[in-house]
Amino acid sequence: MENRISDETIEYVGVLAKLELSDEEREQAKRDMGRMLDYIDQMNALDTEGIEPMSHAFPVENVLREDMVTNGDMRDALLANAPEEKDGMFVVPRTFE
Amino acid sequence: MGKEKQYESVIGLEVHVELATKTKIFCGCSTAFGGVPNTHTCPVCTGMPGSLPVLNRKVLEYAVSVGLATNCEITRYCKFDRKNYFYPDNPQNYQISQLYLPICRNGWVEIEMPEGTKRIGIHEIHMEEDAGKLIHDEWEDCTLVDYNRSGVPLIEIVSEPDMRSAEEVIAYLEKLRLMIRYLGASDCKLQEGSMRVDVNLSVREPGAEPGVRTEMKNLNSFKAITRAIAGERDRQIDLLTSGAVVVQETRRWDDAKGCSYAMRSKEDARDYRYFPDPDLVPIRISEAWLEERKAALPEMRTEKIQRYREEYQIPDYDIEILTDSRQMAMLFEETTALCNQPKKVSNWLMGEGMRLLKERGRDPEDMLISPAHLAKLIVMREAGEINGSSAKEIFEVMFDTDTDPADCARERGLLIVNDTGGLTEVLRKVIAENPKSVEDYLGGKEKALGFLVGQTMKAMKGKADPAQVNQMLREMLV
Repeated sequence: MENRISDETIEYVGVLAKLELSDEEREQAKRDMGRMLDYIDQMNALDTEGIEPMSHAFPVENVLREDMVTNGDMRDALLANAPEEKDGMFVVPRTFE
Repeated sequence: MGKEKQYESVIGLEVHVELATKTKIFCGCSTAFGGVPNTHTCPVCTGMPGSLPVLNRKVLEYAVSVGLATNCEITRYCKFDRKNYFYPDNPQNYQISQLYLPICRNGWVEIEMPEGTKRIGIHEIHMEEDAGKLIHDEWEDCTLVDYNRSGVPLIEIVSEPDMRSAEEVIAYLEKLRLMIRYLGASDCKLQEGSMRVDVNLSVREPGAEPGVRTEMKNLNSFKAITRAIAGERDRQIDLLTSGAVVVQETRRWDDAKGCSYAMRSKEDARDYRYFPDPDLVPIRISEAWLEERKAALPEMRTEKIQRYREEYQIPDYDIEILTDSRQMAMLFEETTALCNQPKKVSNWLMGEGMRLLKERGRDPEDMLISPAHLAKLIVMREAGEINGSSAKEIFEVMFDTDTDPADCARERGLLIVNDTGGLTEVLRKVIAENPKSVEDYLGGKEKALGFLVGQTMKAMKGKADPAQVNQMLREMLV
């Protein structure tokens, strides 16, 4: 493995992903990410001069819909999957910024 | 003393505008405000796995028209990107936005300042989706989420850091709001959140490189923006003059307390791990479509002012006020086309119209009166079918309910009794009952006639034309 992920980096990525990792998981994640970067290095070795970056696999453009209401009230069906609901709303742990 | 002179503020704005579409940006859910929580939601706007977003055509049209009105280059090949962050108002764990190829770039608007016209650069305008609403339940100590607003279309207008004072910021915002309202793309109400302004501010010694900037959020009125700019500017200057440093961060303005506090240290763009959204196909804008959009742009204010000067015999002051809102201007134009009395139309709108808007706390956009009814009222007044105060009364009814003025006059008994015989009878009686006033008038006291007119109007229960009463009294009292 060429790429070594530092403890600080894995800590920071964990914060961004809102994940708490055990020591064991952290080591595993460091190894996995190191391998991913190795793979990207491999791709970087290819000559891509003058090639447009591709984001979509199919040559489809301009798919648009008209501005018309087509959906009715689906609240109950959507809330059926929620772990917890109250007053027709999704309940999440107390969140504030 | 001295510190104001020493430092100058460098201000750029991020303005979010909620577009006036019927449906959300990527799904057919209604955008109507105030629905029962989560009743305007579907698998797309609640981020269900496997759901596919499809762009609302109207969003693209509005975004492009705002770009054209602000002299932007329209990006001919544009895409959506995912901005990744974790917060419960965002059910997908990413917001669909545009980073790499925003729809509009490199534009500008002009603002009028006392020292002259100034150009404020527009860095870019991009399309994105709004987030849901979090409601904190103090009782249960948990947070409830309503996704009705999730997926409501927004454009974000990012200015260049070209503003140097709160006055310039307000002028820029007023200009943007006026243009966007003219385009019908949004009602731009700060209090209701259909226009949201984030202020990026740093201070520097004139000519120096800009210092570290902060971003201020939660600004719900022009007054709050003005106060927040002064507050943040002073806070940064205090830090710098006391040898401390400004930290790049997002701050929240508390207008009640008149101060701000740090919300979070500002993320780098790379922390959001933006990447192209594979679910949304790219947009390619053709020359023909763009020409169509240009042709569909309404006449903007500057052009309107020019045309009014040539077409209508009304003062510049009237033109300024009438064109301040497109609805008001259209009401003026259409009414004038029907009755051909531009000054009378203008007087009604600027006088009673403005007075009532202010009294009722409404915007010109909410004017109910139809051109046909206003024209009819003006014609009725001109023909002497109603007197001035009745006309005002009817106008007020029309203002609230757009009633036909003829119906209103009949219902309220405001039509002038044109039967001169009936009026003559009342005049004779008034003259007989007020010998003192008659004597005074004949003795040269002009004021006494006013009293007799008043008595007559009272006896007629207001259903007479004071000018006609005045005229007839003079004839009878020779």
